[in-house]
Amino acid sequence: MRALFTVFYKEFVENLRDRRTLLSALLFGPLFGPLLFGAMVTRMLDQSLAEADVPLQMTVAGGARAPGLLQFLQSHGVELTRVELSEEAARTVVREGGAQMVLFVPADYADRFLAVTPAPLLLVADSSDSQARKNVDRIKSLLSGFGSEIAQLRLQIRGIDPMIALPIAVDDVDIATPTGKAVVVLGFMTYFVLFAMLMGGLYLAIDCTAGERERGSLEALLTLPVARSALVGGKILATCAYMTLSLAITLTAFVSVFRFVPLEKLGMSSNLGADSALLLFAICLPFVPLGAALMTFVASFTRSYREAQTYLTSVLLVPTLPIAFASIYSLKTKSSLMPIPSLSQHLLMTSVLRGETPAPLDLLVSALVSLALAGVLISVTARHWRRESMLG
Amino acid sequence: MIEARALSKHFGAVRAVDEVSFIARDGEITGLLGPNGAGKSTCLRLLYGILEADAGASLIDGADIAGETSAARARLGVLPHAAGLYANLTARENIAYFGTLHGLSAAAVDARIGELERTLAMSGFIDRRAKGFSQGQRVKTALARALIHSPRNLILDEPTNGLDVMAIRNLRELLLRLKSEGHCILFSSHVMQEIAALCDRVVIIGAGRVLADDTPLKIRERCGTASFEDAFLQVLGSAEGVS
Repeated sequence: MRALFTVFYKEFVENLRDRRTLLSALLFGPLFGPLLFGAMVTRMLDQSLAEADVPLQMTVAGGARAPGLLQFLQSHGVELTRVELSEEAARTVVREGGAQMVLFVPADYADRFLAVTPAPLLLVADSSDSQARKNVDRIKSLLSGFGSEIAQLRLQIRGIDPMIALPIAVDDVDIATPTGKAVVVLGFMTYFVLFAMLMGGLYLAIDCTAGERERGSLEALLTLPVARSALVGGKILATCAYMTLSLAITLTAFVSVFRFVPLEKLGMSSNLGADSALLLFAICLPFVPLGAALMTFVASFTRSYREAQTYLTSVLLVPTLPIAFASIYSLKTKSSLMPIPSLSQHLLMTSVLRGETPAPLDLLVSALVSLALAGVLISVTARHWRRESMLG
Repeated sequence: MIEARALSKHFGAVRAVDEVSFIARDGEITGLLGPNGAGKSTCLRLLYGILEADAGASLIDGADIAGETSAARARLGVLPHAAGLYANLTARENIAYFGTLHGLSAAAVDARIGELERTLAMSGFIDRRAKGFSQGQRVKTALARALIHSPRNLILDEPTNGLDVMAIRNLRELLLRLKSEGHCILFSSHVMQEIAALCDRVVIIGAGRVLADDTPLKIRERCGTASFEDAFLQVLGSAEGVS
């Protein structure tokens, strides 16, 4: 036990003196996520608020031929710019970005309208422009609204109940926004918490395994009358310590950023105080030894610092997989998902951020499974350290 | 006393060490000599218990080295071939780390480092970080690290590699002093003069087998050569003829 603590203390102090490592572990890693998150959410909110408020703008060519239509559009808040263009010129204007979309009223519009045959309209737009596509959709729904209004009038004039032409009535009940957006954002945020936590221990995990071997200090260390499990244990413990520090800094940074972001608009709990932060910390803590053991385990098999770095970068991506999976299938917090590390932490953190209280059993299962897996990985790593191939 | 008792070790199809037996006695310096690839390092690694022998045993003062926490390890100091230091720790911290892992108390570690600092003339750099140490300072620190628990037995793998003349002379004096204090010293080298000048006994290894085990003088006499170097080559040559 004393040996384990000696190794822990030495690794902790040595890493503390490596300024570059320290900066990336305790500063860049933990702060990058919250700042990026804050910026992203703020921008996203600005955008979605702006979309609802800004009136739709459209260029109309040959508008004189369709006064009724123009009036309808204007009464629905569309700002019209009237121009006189040929059909070809309208296409060119849109292609060259002069206008997002042009509604072209052909010469025979009025005649056909009066003759009660389908009157042609051309809506010129670039569907590969995602911003334009949204506006095109809005215009199209307005145009079809105009169409059905005219149709109903025509039926009425002919003494037919217009309801005959309306066999169904669909009401959109959209629950996707803003909570739907929040799921993506939350996945992003919880991943950053896990990522920053792993980053906190990454360099130490490399340095005290592959680094130790590359420097040539490993062989001398292994000649000492110390159980290899104590060596491995001390190193993993030191990695855990830095990961915990990194986690604490990340959460503090997130909570600070939250003060400046109107989270309630994303369907998240806006009163994220110290209580919630502590709960988030407690949810992530069991993942610390698992991450530390995983990184130390992988790094123990590599021969050099560089090689370890290559492999561990992929290890950093491992916790994203369940979270990406959760986003794609929009998984909700379920007890049956709690035995999956990183996914369970993601789901539990998401619950807390929404202002819900996770079930104690879920918390317990998530923690115990992570800790048990960590135990298995630590013992496998210690076994590997007992083998001659450790010398490389 | 360090004893190799019929040690054998193979890596795949290669028999790196083949039934090697010899004894390094207390109060003597024993040299392990052999061409590159003869199995010197493997033999030493078996002796200090970092490799596991396929057969045979490695005994330190009669205790078997096998096992991570064996008593034999506490009686042995090791300077491996690549004796790297922790660059962000000072020389003192590097040495103390090993002392504490040997189970010494903080006071014992302090006292012992004080001794080693004088013996090895380390006061100029003992509290500096190991980053940027010269090869000589590095070897001294690694040596102090190997001696921190005052082991009776010492194994050094090519300790003079990369040292300048002054540092080699210092090391030689230190080994002679340890010998006079009754320590058992086993070291490997491929520098003839070093072995001839320093060793009470020489074990010559070729292709993983012991080819000669005697005093330098007797080996030279038996071969009837003027220099020890010629004797060494003759021993190796005859072995090749036999196999």
